[in-house]
Amino acid sequence: MTAYTPKGVLTTPIFKNNPIALQILGICSALAVTNSMSTSLVMGLAVIAVTAFSSFFVSLVRSQIPSSIRIIVQMTIIASLVIVVDQVLKAYAYEISKSLSVFVGLIITNCIVMGRAEAFAMQNGPAISFLDGVGNGLGYAVMLLVVGFFRELFGSGSVFGFPVLLPVNEGGWYVTNGLMLLPPSAFFVIGLIIWGLRSFNPEQVEDNEFRITANTKSREAV
Amino acid sequence: MAKNDSVKKTLVVAFVLCIVCSVVVSTAAVVLRPMQEANAERDRKFNVLQVSELYEPGVSVSQQFSEQIVARVVNLETGEYAENKDPETYNQFEAAKDPAQSRTLSGAQDLAGIGRQENYATVYLVGDPENPEQIILPVRGQGLWSLMSGYLALRGDGNTVVGLSFYDQGETPGLGGEVDNPDWKALWDGKKIYPEDSMDPAIHLVKGGVGPQTSNAEYKVDALSGATLTSNGVTNLLQFWLSDSGFAEYLARFRDTTQGA
Repeated sequence: MTAYTPKGVLTTPIFKNNPIALQILGICSALAVTNSMSTSLVMGLAVIAVTAFSSFFVSLVRSQIPSSIRIIVQMTIIASLVIVVDQVLKAYAYEISKSLSVFVGLIITNCIVMGRAEAFAMQNGPAISFLDGVGNGLGYAVMLLVVGFFRELFGSGSVFGFPVLLPVNEGGWYVTNGLMLLPPSAFFVIGLIIWGLRSFNPEQVEDNEFRITANTKSREAV
Repeated sequence: MAKNDSVKKTLVVAFVLCIVCSVVVSTAAVVLRPMQEANAERDRKFNVLQVSELYEPGVSVSQQFSEQIVARVVNLETGEYAENKDPETYNQFEAAKDPAQSRTLSGAQDLAGIGRQENYATVYLVGDPENPEQIILPVRGQGLWSLMSGYLALRGDGNTVVGLSFYDQGETPGLGGEVDNPDWKALWDGKKIYPEDSMDPAIHLVKGGVGPQTSNAEYKVDALSGATLTSNGVTNLLQFWLSDSGFAEYLARFRDTTQGA
């Protein structure tokens, strides 16, 4: 087993092994919540909290978990944490929790959380698992913020709600791109980011899983 | 690992985990409940202040609300105030889900597409409750994608619009979502709801803009461009809530008093 260093588990998921860009996990919520930077930030923080603590608790009880019900045990821990996070947001960040609506609750289904619990926390100690959760949550949050930056800038002409390109609706010159406010535009942005990352790090490009065989040649009937 | 896989161990782990998790979740819910309720309350008051154009940034929302606004519960059928219901505790949105306090709407009746309508609604009055400067009515209805909920503020004559504002809607951003656009909301100021001598609401959204030459311009508001179905939804929900099924009975009393005066 390779040794994990605290620094390693914190930083690799951000660019080298990004959960969204390389593992293509958690795309659904990345499409839904990135139409402004503030929602992206809060969503990112919520996911960091959930992955970090779920990894921590799963790792803490890992030697006691019967393997037949381990997925359910992990889900229960994750679901409880998500509810707590949702309740905290409703109490302390009411406006943003309104605009995030169901997506905080849907962190339960975010593959990153489950993936880290099953792949990392089940084999490693609580402290390093906690950091691994923070790292992967950070990878997710950084990606969300980048996507949110482009979508908010081109879709509403602002960054974190501060006007940068003054839109025509408010007497400026910038004609906002309505497509950027709709979820499909996140596909384009994420696609371009993945292209960019893999151009710089060619080792991230996966090998083809299978080779397409050449067409069979038709032969004349004898 | 085999020691963990006995039936007894599996049951014990599952049981303990469930207990621990449920304690954590319920503690969080109970501890944070008062703050969440305060937030929801503040949000509602903020929306009422905003639609009546009374909101001043920097001053506490609940203070502004309690100084300027009085809440009353109205019986929608008779148009009378329901003195036995406390506006502080009555929640019309909860009531709309309760068969004992609401009625089912069907077919042509259900213009706003809400399915069920409560029997009593909470209205907000600005100034003297007997002779208010403004009357703020809760309205809601189906748009293209979502239920749009908002407040309609009227002047004391129960006929002239001050503003219409939605606090909850999920229409297409940039198209139907422009119901939140301040420029569009400004178009509502001064519009009339009912024609003279009638309690059938005439107000509706029209395509192609409303200019000074448009006939009956006071009953027309420019529709949202690129959002025909959202615009239809807005027209429908106003037509519904201002008709006999909605607040028409209630608003008639303001009309009578102003005409008498």
